[in-house]
Amino acid sequence: MDVKTLTYLIVGATFALYIGIAIWARAGSTKEFYVAGGGVHPVLNGMATAADWMSAASFISLAGIVSFTGSDGLVYLLGWTGGYVLLALCMVPYLRKFGKFTVPDFIGDRYYSNTARIVAVFCAIFICFTYISGQMSGVGVVFSRFLEVDVTTGVIIGMVVVFFYAVLGGMKGITYTQVAQYCVLIFAFMVPAIFISVMMTGNVIPQIGFGSELLDGSGYLLDKLDGLSEELGFGAYTEGRKSTLDVFCITGALMIGTAGLPHVIVRFFTVPKVKDSRISAGWALVFIGIMYTTIPALASFARVNMIETINGPTVQMEDGSKVYGTGTSYADAPSWIKNWEKTGLITFNDKNGDGKMYYSATDANEMKINRDIMVLANPEIANLPAWVIALVAAGGLAAALSTSAGLLLVISTSISHDLLKKNWAPNISDKQELFYARLAAAIGIFFAGLLGIYPPDFVAAVVALAFGLAASSLFPAIIMGIFNKKMNKEGAIAGMVVGIFFTAAYIVFFKFANPELNNSEHWLFGISPEGIGFVGMIVNFVTAFVVAKFTNDVPQDVQDMVESIRFPKGAGEAHDH
Amino acid sequence: MAFENKEQADGYWKENLSIMLKLLAVWFVVSFGCGILFIDQLNQITFMGFKLGFWFAQQGAMYVFIALIFIYVKKMNDLDKKYNVEE
Repeated sequence: MDVKTLTYLIVGATFALYIGIAIWARAGSTKEFYVAGGGVHPVLNGMATAADWMSAASFISLAGIVSFTGSDGLVYLLGWTGGYVLLALCMVPYLRKFGKFTVPDFIGDRYYSNTARIVAVFCAIFICFTYISGQMSGVGVVFSRFLEVDVTTGVIIGMVVVFFYAVLGGMKGITYTQVAQYCVLIFAFMVPAIFISVMMTGNVIPQIGFGSELLDGSGYLLDKLDGLSEELGFGAYTEGRKSTLDVFCITGALMIGTAGLPHVIVRFFTVPKVKDSRISAGWALVFIGIMYTTIPALASFARVNMIETINGPTVQMEDGSKVYGTGTSYADAPSWIKNWEKTGLITFNDKNGDGKMYYSATDANEMKINRDIMVLANPEIANLPAWVIALVAAGGLAAALSTSAGLLLVISTSISHDLLKKNWAPNISDKQELFYARLAAAIGIFFAGLLGIYPPDFVAAVVALAFGLAASSLFPAIIMGIFNKKMNKEGAIAGMVVGIFFTAAYIVFFKFANPELNNSEHWLFGISPEGIGFVGMIVNFVTAFVVAKFTNDVPQDVQDMVESIRFPKGAGEAHDH
Repeated sequence: MAFENKEQADGYWKENLSIMLKLLAVWFVVSFGCGILFIDQLNQITFMGFKLGFWFAQQGAMYVFIALIFIYVKKMNDLDKKYNVEE
């Protein structure tokens, strides 16, 4: 069977599975819709959280980013895993004890203020929409390359599938499909990684192969990669190029942003007990870690493979010196180069007219390679069997769909629960609220689909905005709400508003208004827009403490509530008031 | 009130904070310390085919993160038992 038929089969089978689960796990009440009835096993919740968290960006783009940036890729690897330690130690158990449905619920109740609730709702909705647009365009890329349908059709198919299990099943449907999607995506990610590790280093475990000697006798993988990268003018792979302060701030913003992302936090409301929520965060990180520790290994394998396919193999001379490839014939190029050229993600421009391809960081470079293709093209680059290529397509879709569904749920609960039930229409029945939640999810899917079909060219730029906003708004408000009984509503609201505006203004200034100034000479203290959320968080904390000092005390009943979330006893299930 | 008295409640919270802060200190040292601030110094050392700083940044810190959460769970479950505030 050819790759295309296999891809249709595998992707079709996974979609049928997701829809089957959706029909089995329909939600009957708002509680099932919002928090899956609060009865999800902690290990399964960990798996679902991992799928929820690992998006199209993690699956499709991250290995490519690390592959192209080398050591500096650490900001994403650490930033997107370290946040779970903050979640587990500082947030999850307390929010689970609090026992409501959403993040704005906590902020609204803890700060005894609907203004605070609405500020939180808008942060949550904005963060989720920013994110989801990237997911849907990821769906489009996978469909157009592997199933050879156009992007619009691809996105519509994706919308229909998500519609089924998100609108029907709510959190319950989403949770169990996410468990299935985790299995699909991790299998799809690990199989090619293991294949390549065995082929290049003889090690079954990519994390160990990463530090091993290559089978072709050319020494340690990383030494070879450093040599190649330096020769081609990229600078050593294992040495960073960004300033230490910037790396520090970006990592911090991503970690704290992770801990402030509403679609991740709500997952921990679905387990039965406080104790379960703690261990569940640990399982989530185990499941995420399997992929995140493989990513840098895969990135370096792929980098060596790609360079040597294009430039030709490195030859080890008898005296120990190395002779690097000077290009290979375009006419004989492997089929993956031709395949990806069609999508415009690889371009070859034969500058010197010798009919050979050459890739470097210098003027002699003739190739333009989009880093997003590294994972998707990797099985082809390494000549893996056709079913592995088909599997990667299914994995990419699983990653994109699982995250989209989690985000949609936050959007729909924010509207039906936080805005309607808690503010504008408090008298609606549970049935009506459920109807509005479904309606909001359906409308959310429609807009997300539009963003996927007509992707705004600033998708990549707004991702920084999403993390920055989460770090500078929701995270400090939640942390102070738990650890500081004296923090009042004035302080929290002022902190969120000032933190968000500071961060958003900085990012908009450099990313949208004045992109020509977007370099380290003009940045505040040399901190890039990606890292400014870290500063925004500090600004939020400082503002909140100063304002709280000069305003009213926190009411006693709220202080008692804070006391009561600090220990597990008497948590009960997630409940409505 | 789930605690017998105010001292019990304060004691529980104090021990809770102490567990949390100690683990967060380790979290900070392996990620921001070894992986970022001192990466160049650690890169002078080779470890199982890796430069050590690079290994912390791209592998080691993540393993430590996972271990930290499981240690936290164990310690907190013990603490809940000690103060009799389990669910």
